[in-house]
Amino acid sequence: MSETAPAIELKGISKAFGPVQANKDISIRVMPGTIHGIIGENGAGKSTLMSILYGFYKADAGEIWISGQKTTIPDSQAAIAAGIGMVFQHFKLVENFTVLENVVLGAEDGALLRPSLAKARRELKALAEEYELNVDPDALIEDIGVGMQQRVEILKALYRQADILILDEPTGVLTPAEADQLFRILERLKEEGKTIILITHKLREIMDTTDTVSVMRRGEMTATVKTSETSPPELAELMVGRKVLLRVEKKPAEVGDKILEVQNLNVTDEKGVHRVKDVSFDVKAGEILGIAGVAGNGQSELLEVLGGYEKATGSIKVNGQEIDLTGAKSDGRSRRERGISHVPEDRQSEGLIMDYMAWENVAFGYHHDDRYNKGIRMDNAAIRADTEAKMERFDVRPPNPKLAAKSFSGGNQQKIVLAREIERNPDLLLIGQPTRGVDIGAIEFIHQQIVALRDQGKAILLVSVELEEILSLSDRIAVMFDGRIMGERMPDQTDEKELGLLMAGMTKGAA
Amino acid sequence: MDLLTILQILDSSVRLAVPLLLACLAGLYSERAGIFDIGLEGKMLAAAFMAAAIAYTSGSAWVGLLAGIGASLVLSAVHGVASITFRGNQLISGVAINFLAAGLTVVIAQSWFAQGGRTPTLQGDARFEPITLPFAESLQSVPVIGPIYYELISGHSVLVYIAFLLVPLTWWVLYRTRFGLRLRAVGENPASVDTAGISVVQLRYIAVIICGVLCGLAGAYLSTALQAGFTKDMSAGRGFIALAALIFAKWRPWHALYATLLFGFLQALALRPDLLENTLGFKVNGQLLDALPYILTVVILAGFVGKAIPPRAGGEPYVKER
Repeated sequence: MSETAPAIELKGISKAFGPVQANKDISIRVMPGTIHGIIGENGAGKSTLMSILYGFYKADAGEIWISGQKTTIPDSQAAIAAGIGMVFQHFKLVENFTVLENVVLGAEDGALLRPSLAKARRELKALAEEYELNVDPDALIEDIGVGMQQRVEILKALYRQADILILDEPTGVLTPAEADQLFRILERLKEEGKTIILITHKLREIMDTTDTVSVMRRGEMTATVKTSETSPPELAELMVGRKVLLRVEKKPAEVGDKILEVQNLNVTDEKGVHRVKDVSFDVKAGEILGIAGVAGNGQSELLEVLGGYEKATGSIKVNGQEIDLTGAKSDGRSRRERGISHVPEDRQSEGLIMDYMAWENVAFGYHHDDRYNKGIRMDNAAIRADTEAKMERFDVRPPNPKLAAKSFSGGNQQKIVLAREIERNPDLLLIGQPTRGVDIGAIEFIHQQIVALRDQGKAILLVSVELEEILSLSDRIAVMFDGRIMGERMPDQTDEKELGLLMAGMTKGAA
Repeated sequence: MDLLTILQILDSSVRLAVPLLLACLAGLYSERAGIFDIGLEGKMLAAAFMAAAIAYTSGSAWVGLLAGIGASLVLSAVHGVASITFRGNQLISGVAINFLAAGLTVVIAQSWFAQGGRTPTLQGDARFEPITLPFAESLQSVPVIGPIYYELISGHSVLVYIAFLLVPLTWWVLYRTRFGLRLRAVGENPASVDTAGISVVQLRYIAVIICGVLCGLAGAYLSTALQAGFTKDMSAGRGFIALAALIFAKWRPWHALYATLLFGFLQALALRPDLLENTLGFKVNGQLLDALPYILTVVILAGFVGKAIPPRAGGEPYVKER
């Protein structure tokens, strides 16, 4: 039996950034014509490894072999020449260029543009037929949806004759239907003999699409297994290094009075775009209302209005009392005084000041609290002591209040915000993207905290683009599309498919 | 107002528009590549001085021109190193260049020529003389077309014609060549250029160098064609008006021509207050005319005449993400 050479073989790759060892002696073989998954938590070193393969970084040690040939990849040009194409998590497209111009950029045939564009137009047509990747070559990138933009990225790679395609967290911005479409395209590419490396932290994607999966943890490759011979719990354990509860354990909700009532809410942003359209819903004590939807469909603006930093028209009542939506009392502090706590979607820009220390961050928004003040001075010692206690209870690591917020990992940053907001004992907790960029281990903890708060009889409004999170946490689910609530479902009477259709703006009858 | 007066006004509009146009195109190359440049003013001034000084000593306007371009390129290099290699703040670097040029030109001029911070008056070949185009004299008697050809089109220095030819050339480079595609891309999303395997740093340096050459032309034109010698602060804010024109033109070459012609026209009017007073019947404050380019730019920026969206990556140093 003759052995085919692996499409990619990495031998003993190591890379350090200062004192941080991002990759430690990593070896991996990716066979041609397969879909190979790489899974691991944030900071496990997946992206570093792929950046080395794409010529963004130079490895400190180790060898790269492409199709049985030892290769060096000093820059992206060399990676492209070696047949490697990369689809980044954040697309590298020029927004006000056409699809065609984006495909041609960097792969022009000569100094003049016209012949290159004409050739690319012909090739795109051929590629579209071969792989069912239809895109209008003359559309501007800013006018097409993210699913389409991702296709353009794939076409860019194929136009450069890539045989090996690396996709970094490709489904983060897609609806479930778009993600399914992407996976069909990947299947098709595999059939045509392309090799695909799929980097993700979503266990389900690994199970559904890959042939082989490698698991990374803290810069090391902990295992490479056949996908058919493993299971999600096993992979999660390999990723985290201990057993992880993937399902959230929770009792049935004991629902009380209406805490939050929203009636005919409308939000128009400063550019005059109508973001939230006539939205009405309520959240009761002791329940979690989950708002599902693809990012950018009005959920963020909804949270901003409720949190007090965006104006709106309509009516919002908390505990039966009307809230000021436009006047002097429509700010964050007034909201907090009314018993609303807010864990914002983007903790790095809205939840924390990254350069400030943990204890300073814990005081933000609550700096007028009597416990934090001594006359006209702030009682820094008291804030630090309080922060230390909160860090203890929320298992923030390292539990050092004097460390800058940016020195904590994503999960620990989120725990700091969560501790600040939850420990205020709010009647209503607004929480956006609670586990974005958070490790599996920390996700488990954060979910437990949210459920515990619900069980104390608090109302919780959860906004998340992660459908799995919505399904496992919510007691009721509302789906937002284009600023409207498309419908409400109970989590035990719906599934990802139905919610996915609603997220794409289709109601059941129309689909 | 008779045809001749109108033609004289337009003629002087053209001559005053040229330094604005050259500086505006200079800014266009730089800013399209994502490097904001408020140092146009300083580069023009340095080039104006160097061109006049060397033209005087060598007796050749062309040698002066090269020296002017050289001076502008040195300042461009400073801006490039500060903002591309060291990823510094582009505005601060630009301001520094303006101060540097304003001070150095006068100091050097004083110690070199000892004429109160100016160069001696340029004469003969040390200056770019007007060129009379073929048949200009003989066609002069043809009604309408003749005077237009003679007064307006003919009789400018060679730098004027170069400036106007640079407009279609810039358009062609920007939209019809590989370099133009990459240049526009690097100002919009440098990461896309980087991942396509092209050097962001190299592209941006080329853009900054082109900017330097064009600023050099603009400065040399001021001291060796428009005027006959260097005087203190002779760029007189033209670098900033060029920036205003660039915004007015929304970073497009043909529109840059229209914007700078308009601003040149306003400057020409400001020089002839008598004409305006006779035509309108009341006195218009000359300073108001001087301020009009800026007022128009503020109107544009406020979004009254469509939106001016700068290149998206403008002003930001490119740092490869981890």
